[in-house]
Amino acid sequence: MMTDSISIPPGLILIAAGLLIPLLRARARTMVLLLAPVLVLSMVWQVPDGVVLSTDFMSYRVVLVEGSALARLFGTIFAIMAFGGGLFAINRDNPAELAAAFVYGGAAIGVAFAGDLITLFIFWEVMAIGSTIVLLCGRDNARSAGIRYAAIHLLGGVVLMAGIAGEITATGSTVFNAMQPDTMARWLILAGFLINAGAPPLSAWLPDAYPEASWSGMVFLSAFTTKTAVYVLLRGFPGADILIYVGLFMVFYGIIYAILENDMRRILAYSIVNQVGFMVTGIGIGTTIALNGAAAHAFTHIIYKALLLMSAGSVLYMTDKRKCTDLGGLFRTMPLTCICGIIGALSISSFPLTSGFISKSMISQGAADEHLMTVWMLLTAASAGVFLHAGIKFPWFVFFQKDSGLRPAEPPWNMRAAMVLFSIMCIWIGVFPEQLYAILPHQVDYVPYTGAHVVFQLQLLLFSGLAFFLMLEWLKRSLTITLDFDWFYRKALPELAQWAMTFGGAARRGVLVRLQRRLERFLNEIYRHHGPQGILARTWPTGSMAFWTTVLLGVYLIAYFL
Amino acid sequence: MIAAQLPALQIVIPLLGAVLTAMMRRGSWAWAVALAVSWTMPLIAGSLLMQVLSTGPISYALGGWNPPWGIEYRIDALNGFVLVLVSLIGAVIMPYARVSVEKEIAPKKQAWFYTMYLLCLCGLLGITITNDAFNAFVFLEVSSLSTYALIALGRDRRALLAAYQYLILGTIGATLYVIGVGLLYTMTGTLNLSDIAGRLDGVENIRPILAALAFLTVGISLKLALFPLHVWLPNAYAYAPSVATAFLAATATKVAVYLLLRYYFSVFGVTFVFETLPVSTILLTLSLAAMFGASIVAVFQDDVKRMLAYSSVAQIGYITLGIALANQTGLTGGIVHLFNHALMKGALFLVIGAVFFRIGSVKLDDLAGLGRRMPITMGAFVIAGLSIIGTPGTAGFISKWYLALGALEQGSWWLVLLLVASSFISIVYIGRVVEVTWFRPVGKMVAGAREPPTSMLIPSLILVAATIYFGFDTTMTAGVAEKAAEALLGANR
Repeated sequence: MMTDSISIPPGLILIAAGLLIPLLRARARTMVLLLAPVLVLSMVWQVPDGVVLSTDFMSYRVVLVEGSALARLFGTIFAIMAFGGGLFAINRDNPAELAAAFVYGGAAIGVAFAGDLITLFIFWEVMAIGSTIVLLCGRDNARSAGIRYAAIHLLGGVVLMAGIAGEITATGSTVFNAMQPDTMARWLILAGFLINAGAPPLSAWLPDAYPEASWSGMVFLSAFTTKTAVYVLLRGFPGADILIYVGLFMVFYGIIYAILENDMRRILAYSIVNQVGFMVTGIGIGTTIALNGAAAHAFTHIIYKALLLMSAGSVLYMTDKRKCTDLGGLFRTMPLTCICGIIGALSISSFPLTSGFISKSMISQGAADEHLMTVWMLLTAASAGVFLHAGIKFPWFVFFQKDSGLRPAEPPWNMRAAMVLFSIMCIWIGVFPEQLYAILPHQVDYVPYTGAHVVFQLQLLLFSGLAFFLMLEWLKRSLTITLDFDWFYRKALPELAQWAMTFGGAARRGVLVRLQRRLERFLNEIYRHHGPQGILARTWPTGSMAFWTTVLLGVYLIAYFL
Repeated sequence: MIAAQLPALQIVIPLLGAVLTAMMRRGSWAWAVALAVSWTMPLIAGSLLMQVLSTGPISYALGGWNPPWGIEYRIDALNGFVLVLVSLIGAVIMPYARVSVEKEIAPKKQAWFYTMYLLCLCGLLGITITNDAFNAFVFLEVSSLSTYALIALGRDRRALLAAYQYLILGTIGATLYVIGVGLLYTMTGTLNLSDIAGRLDGVENIRPILAALAFLTVGISLKLALFPLHVWLPNAYAYAPSVATAFLAATATKVAVYLLLRYYFSVFGVTFVFETLPVSTILLTLSLAAMFGASIVAVFQDDVKRMLAYSSVAQIGYITLGIALANQTGLTGGIVHLFNHALMKGALFLVIGAVFFRIGSVKLDDLAGLGRRMPITMGAFVIAGLSIIGTPGTAGFISKWYLALGALEQGSWWLVLLLVASSFISIVYIGRVVEVTWFRPVGKMVAGAREPPTSMLIPSLILVAATIYFGFDTTMTAGVAEKAAEALLGANR
């Protein structure tokens, strides 16, 4: 069975800890929340390169643990995230959510160390289940959002499974190595990965679902699903050209919707899509520096996005309000939350001396080195956009702007501690980038702090900052709802005909009404045949049962004799 | 000495047990006998399978009359596997039965219930173990007649109609089967299955053989509830006593599938059935119709037991799909699913039986918030439900995986997509129950409910644990199924 030093996959420890949590009382639970991730982190660092633990499953050799620099990098940040999230959520009074969150994080670590496609798939599905439960433990609307979320992830799961089955049939092996999307099976695998990354056309599941999670749940959700997708793309599809376009689309999709958004956590959810877009673009470029950049950016992004969401989560926890229009002026009574939020905001905007600066710039540099002029320009423009929507907009509307009259206190100690910890990490990485660079999968010879680069970045940020305040009147958030692709499957079908009646010409109206009728008729037809009174569901008279048996016998006889 | 007689004991013990319980008045005594018998069966079946796996097929001449003149019991990897399955399910269900039967069946009839159960067990094991076409018919009738009685014992008055309908249809099926056997006997002059197989090649006039195949196919399809011959099943399962439903759903249809496999592959031969005749196309079409038609019906059901019954029809579609693929991987998938589905559907029906025990209803609307009051029971339902959907880490995933690989081996991408699409429908019907029981506020019916007695809880949990265990360790399931499929295809004539 086992071949080396480790006999249990590190991810399983976290999963086991998660399953233990509901059984424990307050103090013991806190211990597990804090100690399990530390234990897992130390295990992650003991995994040597190569196959470490493998076993037989169905007639395949499956590799439960396989070490590599990339796996350790993601294993590390997932373990850190589990610790930070656990610390932040100590006072969360819902053990089911904490348990699910740890199972979810453990499965993400499991994916990072998965040595073959089957192990990967199994942990992948555990993640889907865990994250759905985290989501379902959320706010009032969480149930329907959770069901939509589950549907999309189960869809992603089966697409991935079909792809993996095809890949194994075609190649006869379960190995998970870098590949190009050149067969049907690999396209399906790629599609399965991209659905989790929040790529178009299904990006909308992310901002639809995450903000419905609880104040603590979203901190966990922001970290694992999309970043495991980045990890598997890094490992499976480095240099696949299509990812450049997918990534760029995500970058701008995130920015545009985030600028229009009013709910503070939806802003941050869109910004996840945006940031993952940067990483996906880097993977598509596929050079050493771009891949390093994508990996490093995933690492730093998890920290600062979690920090931003902790800050937003604290505000939500203390005020129970989530809309920018209802908030404002909170810096008076929540200075620490405000400062930590600003540090996160600066990091996401790649401000020099923060973690974002030293990671995102590697991706742009990768584009420049390959002479991908358009890509570089778009990424640079997008950097300015990030500063607009997340860097300034989030702290400005939540903590400054008008005085909303709210005077909430700072959140409890553990939430403050988690925010301070992650703030320190953001700055530490920004100031001492070599430590992160040393654990990246490829050798790094990139120097972020050159005079030209720093000045360039500062100019970019200052001008977009200027733009923000000049355009403040237009950016002021009113109570709006932005429409996204999910609207098509949530609202459009029923309302399509309605809309046509009001605005459309008679001809178009006719077509749409007919379409809608046909859809209705189709559904009615299904219900007529399959519903409780349908021909397939009701109890048949005994005579007709016998009759149809005879008919089938006749059919068989004729078919055989022909 | 005794080891050599094991094949006969496998049948004789439950038969004697049935005679014994028939003479008892007290339900609890009858239960003790049934329990003793049920716990002996897996030991015998297990040691038979072990023997087969290490030394090859066992042939046992009943009464010392050598085959092909006498009745031969013959055990190979395939029916050894089915014997283990049937006897294990019986052994797990029996401890559960006592409390449930006490609640659901009138005291006078309780001993009869166990008599019928033991006869049914005897019949099912007999069909599986025998290598004689007519002997199989006899056991088929033994199991069927006792099944009609088991169903009719249900408290609901509709159980009578369900039993009557199954009686009529089951008899038609058995008649068609015996006509098929008669035709084969006329053409080959023997009733021993291996002997028939050997002599079929020499038969010049092939028409009666084709007719025999058609009669046998339809006759057996009725018993295994192949769409559209499934119409007897939903009511029978819905209104039978809980224990009977769990037992029948997990075993009866599976044994019929075994019989179909035996005739298709060992008697008629894979070349004859699948290459010269359009069996594969017909079976594939009917399987897909079952997977979709019955699943969609399940979505609209408001009686959970009936919903699970329709889900059974759909799941049988997966098994026959594996048969229709007729390649090594697909067939393995079909056989594994036969085992796995027995586990998970058995678990689901036991859980629902426990729910009925506590709140006296299995209407979906009455179950609102049940997860809060019976968390262990409903947690078991969720896990077994995940297995029906085919989530990795559960047994259901293993079977679907093999089926998907089998379809890919034929290059049928579309089939994989249909497989996936039909699992989606199962998400909906399982999801409905999960939504109602876990996410709705506690309803009136449920308010006073609590976990069922341990004797009911543990058997359900054992089956649920098995669905997880066999989702990881597949040497016992897929390993043996692979061997069985290899043997079936290797007969290759």
